[in-house]
Amino acid sequence: MKPVAFAWERPDSLAALLARLAEAPGNVKLIAGGQSLGPMLNLRLVEPDLILDITGVPELRAVRVESDTLVLGACVTHADIEDGRVRDLTRGALRRVAAAIAYRPVRNRGTVGGSLVHADPAADWVSALTALGAEVEIAGPDGCRTLPVERFVTGPLTVALGRAEILVAVRVPALPAGAAWGYVKHCAKIGEFAHAIGAVRLEPGQGRGRAVIGAVEGPPVLLADARPLFGGRIGADFADRFDPAAADAALRAAGMTDAVERHVHVTVLARAVAQAAKPVPLNLPEAA
Amino acid sequence: MTGEGVGARLPRKEDDRLMRGRGQYVADIRLPGMQDVAFVRSPLAHARIRAIHVPEAYRDRVFTASDLAGVLPIRAVSGLPGFKVSEQPVLATGKVRQVGELVALCVAPTRAEAEDIAASVVLDLEELPAVHDMLAAREPGSALVHEHWGDNVFLETVVDVNFESALDAPIKVSRTISTGRQCMAPIEGRGTVVQLDHRLDQLVVHTATQMPHIVRNGLSECLGIEQGRIRIVSPDVGGGFGYKAILLAEDVALAWLALRCGHPVRWLEDRREHLTANANCREHHYRITAYAERDGTLRGIDCEATVDSGAYSAYPFSACLEAAQVASILPGPYDFPAYRCRTWSVATNKCPILPYRGVARTGVCFALELVLDAVARAAGIPPEAVREKNLVRPEQMPFENITKKHFDSGDYPEALARALKAIDVEAVRARQRQGEPDGRRIGLGLSIYCEQAAHGTSVYSGWGIPMVPGHEQASARLTPDGGLELRIGAHSHGQGLETTLAQVAHEILSVPVARTRLVHGDTAMTPYSTGSWGSRVMVMAGGAVAAACEELRARAVRIGAHLLQARPEDCRFEGGHVVGPSGDIPLEAIARTWYRRPQDLAPDTDPGGLEVTAGYKPVRDSGTFSYAAHAAVVAVDPDLGAVEILDYVIVEDGGTLVNPLVVDGQIYGGLAQGIGTALFEEMRFDDRGQPLASTFADYLLPGAADVPMARIDHMETPSPYTRFGQKGIGEGGAIAPPAALANAVNDALQPLGVELLHSPITPRRIVEAVLAARPTPEPAREAA
Repeated sequence: MKPVAFAWERPDSLAALLARLAEAPGNVKLIAGGQSLGPMLNLRLVEPDLILDITGVPELRAVRVESDTLVLGACVTHADIEDGRVRDLTRGALRRVAAAIAYRPVRNRGTVGGSLVHADPAADWVSALTALGAEVEIAGPDGCRTLPVERFVTGPLTVALGRAEILVAVRVPALPAGAAWGYVKHCAKIGEFAHAIGAVRLEPGQGRGRAVIGAVEGPPVLLADARPLFGGRIGADFADRFDPAAADAALRAAGMTDAVERHVHVTVLARAVAQAAKPVPLNLPEAA
Repeated sequence: MTGEGVGARLPRKEDDRLMRGRGQYVADIRLPGMQDVAFVRSPLAHARIRAIHVPEAYRDRVFTASDLAGVLPIRAVSGLPGFKVSEQPVLATGKVRQVGELVALCVAPTRAEAEDIAASVVLDLEELPAVHDMLAAREPGSALVHEHWGDNVFLETVVDVNFESALDAPIKVSRTISTGRQCMAPIEGRGTVVQLDHRLDQLVVHTATQMPHIVRNGLSECLGIEQGRIRIVSPDVGGGFGYKAILLAEDVALAWLALRCGHPVRWLEDRREHLTANANCREHHYRITAYAERDGTLRGIDCEATVDSGAYSAYPFSACLEAAQVASILPGPYDFPAYRCRTWSVATNKCPILPYRGVARTGVCFALELVLDAVARAAGIPPEAVREKNLVRPEQMPFENITKKHFDSGDYPEALARALKAIDVEAVRARQRQGEPDGRRIGLGLSIYCEQAAHGTSVYSGWGIPMVPGHEQASARLTPDGGLELRIGAHSHGQGLETTLAQVAHEILSVPVARTRLVHGDTAMTPYSTGSWGSRVMVMAGGAVAAACEELRARAVRIGAHLLQARPEDCRFEGGHVVGPSGDIPLEAIARTWYRRPQDLAPDTDPGGLEVTAGYKPVRDSGTFSYAAHAAVVAVDPDLGAVEILDYVIVEDGGTLVNPLVVDGQIYGGLAQGIGTALFEEMRFDDRGQPLASTFADYLLPGAADVPMARIDHMETPSPYTRFGQKGIGEGGAIAPPAALANAVNDALQPLGVELLHSPITPRRIVEAVLAARPTPEPAREAA
């Protein structure tokens, strides 16, 4: 299990990275934490000519707050978030998710941007950032653009990056006071990829909310308007109003034919709703 | 007394280097000029080889079967009547019979380059229907793994003892029970470095093995060269569990390559090779019926057991060890009067099945203990009551069971009673009645087994496999400065033998454990042994070390008596000194005299000196029977299928414990593997015989959070047949947990009408069963 021979470079600025990406011939891969790419290289599922290590680009490690939005550079690690080394406008939601990703050695190296670009349907950030209503900043030869995460992740291991484009940062909106957040995943054992993820970001005061059912075959199932899950209305009593049959119907509509799978996903979503109504202390990992 | 002898709870000497990362494994060996090997392996489970295309540029770096003229296939023949012989070619000839089978070997300065070469070799294969289901493989019309056999059955056996007498029993419970195929997962995989020593005209084979001398037998037979030209060195071994008690085709290929190339060559198994091509074990299928009285007293057991033996008979244990053992050990620790068991060892297009810690016992225990719980439910009595009724009783010892297994000693009901007390059955039942606030369900599971260990000539000569253990030998040598060197032919793959055998020697010679060194893992320096398997080393090598040390002690007393100017019969050995009527002399002084001042010895001194090789067999070689009662409490989430182990109790009787700390370690490690069998580990195959996991992302092992801190209680009923009363205990920890945990899950889910009979019990299987048992599983709300 050894990779094919490849060239390796580590650009030191975003401009240099973009230039190299635009001009380099052959199969080029970016590496940040390497937690998915490393095994894929060793298994020769990926046989690149050139690997560009993007961890030397300062812009990709930057974190800033723009009014009500937290902007996380793509190379911010899960551990940076878990340990509170970066700002958080989500009242702990991000830290909660980060702290339960895989194992600590993975979190030390794995990055939020790498996870999104890899777009494994079972990965935490794919579902959690979709539920939080986050966006991604993309840079490329034609300049910068922004996409909501749900339009960025287009399929299993597939994202809306054009040629020579890279994901630069993730924009996470603040979780306002009064908003409720629930995130639950089900793994066969701690540290494994999830078999089911449920996430809700509800604003009972405004009567609105988003819900995500993740770790499905394709991109997460997003209910950008989650009211149908609650009998058409999201209020303070949302936990009592949660309707499993509506979630089940959403999964059927998304093409999930396996009744056992649906049962597990609906259960996990129900528990995320219960958690949103009655948050558990931060020090608990989220594994269900 | 220094407190370092038999029974001392000493930390392990070897852990200082192992825990600091200073162990030396095969992969740590660096030799000048060494090149790496990568194999071209079959991507298909069953296919005819039409052609192998090797690029012109690599003709001198790639070798196929046609290059291996004179190399014989691996043959592990059993002498049991009707056994059909498979020939496992070192490199595939004509057909490939499993995914991962070796087709060509590629050699290059680095492994990455060797993999590049391997990737350039093109196989032209004609795919054949894969035999992937052992039950279907038994049927007429199945595709054939070995055409000339006419069917796919390595061996069929039948045992029938008064079976018909059970048929009128009032309770009859039948179940179909099966265990998933697993992969043993030692931290260190297989690995081999072979070097041609021109000075000694010897192949020096460094390989991670539990049985260096047996590997030498096998290599000599396959390569057709005399044993004197082969030396096997097994350095530190990072876990074996049976996987390293096998001669692999890779070992033979590397030895051939070193002879051919002249420079050292190395193959280090990677995890993908390990999972997809080599380390299979455990897949059993049972149709089992228990006959019982209404009070739970067993009248008889009837069973049809099938084992998926894979494509080839593995050396030296053969393809029938598991299934044929099933027939003889299925009755477990229970005494009942009627028994029938038919077994089939079936060839399929999968990796050969290999003996894994517990070997057939884990499957047998799973089948029998699950069916006993079913009997309890049918009889309307608690599960412990069925076991209390049927366990062999202490007053029956020594006890010969229905398959002529000879139980040496023990008090099985006491082990059960202690386990029930420790787990606090009443409290568990009360909690169960009360219900959990989070909706989970509590269950209690029991499992009892016995582990025949260190069984010798009389047992293995009957199997007729290439390896029959006889007397075990050990050498003991006092060094001129009074230290002690022990030599054994078995090998440690993590058991702590460097400590425990030093304790055995200390018991007799009082040499400090710190000054006793164990030399093992090298055919050039150790007596012949079949090696470390069958939980045999502490009984066999322990007995042999004791015998060698006793002879050494007798010689020391004779020398010491002369130096004390006393008659030997007036002297005794005590605390490391020869004590005479008017003085004493330490062992160091005796050693110094023998080696450095022979002028002080008596003229008629024993010329054998202070180095002894002694042989040992227990008084009976039918094996020691250690045993344990396991009790588990679980909480099951019926909606997600998650199982949490809330409590786990093990009451173990390993006879006299040479080192209770080491025994605890064995039990904890075995328990972790048993939890893997119970809840996580499964190598699945598709209907083309493709293994469906190639990394640990898909083949799940239990993690630290999944293994509870079990509570262990030791009973110590000595074996009457072994040197110190010790019994083999190396495998037991892995035998009982699958049954205990399955019974606990079934106990938890019984009110939902759920009974799970296949291991591993994964979350998916639990949810499936729970949903299937619901009266209206899924309201049909949508158009089809």
